[in-house]
Amino acid sequence: MGDTIWQSMQKKGYSRRDFLQFCSAAAVVAGLGKSGAAQVVSAFEKKEKPAVLWMHFQECTCCSESFIRASHPIVADALLDVLSLNYTETLMAASGFQAEKSLNDTIQNNKGKYIVLVEGAVPTKDGGVYCMVGGKTAESILQTVAADAAAIVAWGSCASNGCVQAAKPNPTGATPISKLVNKPVINVPGCPPIADVMMSVVTHLLVLGQVPELDNQGRPKEFYGRRVHDTCYRRANYDAGLFVESFDDENARKGYCLYKMGCKGPVTYNACSVVRWNEGTSYPIQSGHGCIGCSEAGFWDNGPLYQHLTSFPGFGIESTADTIGTAVGVATLAGVAAHAVVTNIRKRSVIAEVHAEDQKES
Amino acid sequence: MSTQSTGVKDVFTLNGGAPVEYRRVYVWEMPVRAYHWINAIALTLLCVTGFLIGHPFRTAYAPEAYQLYWFGWVRFIHFAAAYVYVFNFAARIYWGFVGNKYAKWNNFFPITKKQQKEIVEVLETDVLQVKMHGEISTGHNSLAAFIYFLTFLAFCFQTITGFALYSSMSNAWLPRMFKWIVPLMGGEFAVRFWHHLFLWFFVTFIIVHIYLSFYHDYIEGRGTISSIVGGWKFDRQSPEQMAAACKLLDSKDADKQK
Repeated sequence: MGDTIWQSMQKKGYSRRDFLQFCSAAAVVAGLGKSGAAQVVSAFEKKEKPAVLWMHFQECTCCSESFIRASHPIVADALLDVLSLNYTETLMAASGFQAEKSLNDTIQNNKGKYIVLVEGAVPTKDGGVYCMVGGKTAESILQTVAADAAAIVAWGSCASNGCVQAAKPNPTGATPISKLVNKPVINVPGCPPIADVMMSVVTHLLVLGQVPELDNQGRPKEFYGRRVHDTCYRRANYDAGLFVESFDDENARKGYCLYKMGCKGPVTYNACSVVRWNEGTSYPIQSGHGCIGCSEAGFWDNGPLYQHLTSFPGFGIESTADTIGTAVGVATLAGVAAHAVVTNIRKRSVIAEVHAEDQKES
Repeated sequence: MSTQSTGVKDVFTLNGGAPVEYRRVYVWEMPVRAYHWINAIALTLLCVTGFLIGHPFRTAYAPEAYQLYWFGWVRFIHFAAAYVYVFNFAARIYWGFVGNKYAKWNNFFPITKKQQKEIVEVLETDVLQVKMHGEISTGHNSLAAFIYFLTFLAFCFQTITGFALYSSMSNAWLPRMFKWIVPLMGGEFAVRFWHHLFLWFFVTFIIVHIYLSFYHDYIEGRGTISSIVGGWKFDRQSPEQMAAACKLLDSKDADKQK
């Protein structure tokens, strides 16, 4: 049996005080509240240090970049310390055969106990040749690591819903993780996901040893239960009907709602307006730019980004449903007007008959 | 001019030279008329507010947010009208089973040969106008009824997508029942897009519907427009006589063309 989390922290020179501080912070981050600290202490004293495999497939590493910018450094540091991050292409010291051995050993020695964190989509077209690591396709690696995993987390929109790789025409057949493995996957979408949300999901898995409550799209309800719009600080302007008409106009300066600038907040489920980014400094809307809906499936195909209604497919980029609708409406008006004229010409005998009936009676 | 005078002459022969007689028929019962007007008001409100939700206009002056709530009201009217429209539609479905023969559900499905024949006839007589006289139905003609069936489908589609969108803003049981539609259709972007696109179906329908009501009133002179207020329409004495009259007039037309 390996070290418990508390034992491994002691070996690394953390004091009991550090450990308790970490436990309190972890309890808060996992959503247990400060009163849950005792539960966390007890768990970390008994629980074996969990082995973690962080896989990178078709992605840009923005999820990793986001993760290391979590706003609770004590949690982030300790977490990276207490986790046995046994395999991650971007951060590990080992390379080549050593790295592969580490991956295989982790799977062999921790069957059913290790956590798999996946960053990136998996290409399935042409036998999966578009993403290969160590001579193996991403798909076969995923199947190997997923088979005996205790939990699988899909980091970011790539792993959750395909993101830009899966945007039309999806040349590599990029596929989200949940569609490839026969296990429940925790989807943490976003491009990238919010650092503190990632941290919280990992902490939840560690502390409670169970999957957080998920919605019907496999996302933790705690963070993806509400729309960006619902918690937006500019919401009052929306209800008042005060909108920014163009970037840098007077309304923009006053901080009105960005709905007419294409803000996707009303259709995007995320915690940006609550948790915010970079240690709670800001988030896109606060910086004067609409939400682009990066955590929603298919957001690349539902553009343009500066138009809140999706463009009508098959026409120019600017044709919305309204352009088409107006054209159809006008054509219909012209059609009925023409029909009215034609009726008076072609059916003049019928009209005359109706009038004749009247003459006869009077 | 000669065509017209022939037509006039023909009418006199219809009833053996006597005035053409009409009977009064109670076609649209009270619940049908109530449904029509509640639906008309609700749909108009839904179209106008729906369009505004997609394209809010610019406010004339720029106060602080707490001083205004116009967009909130627009959305409120949209949601309230939606509820009225849904329950009104449900009531109409009920009336399709208990109402008179003109309101019966089977009017709306062109399953019988007779209905299918009538659709072709209406297309020939009223839309393309290649035929001068067609059989005149007392209630809905079969083509109109079928188009109404399509609108009912559009009603259902708007109800489902509308409640799916509304489900994220409501804890009421009705909208929440449609939450599963969102991932099924590919996220709220898509639901919103389709819900907005169908607005134009209704706009088009309203234009055509109003025009054709006036058209029938004008061409048939038997109170089509007022029937949706009072419920009464006029028929030539009996359907048999009407059919005979049409046949007579059409054979005259055919002779003329020879």
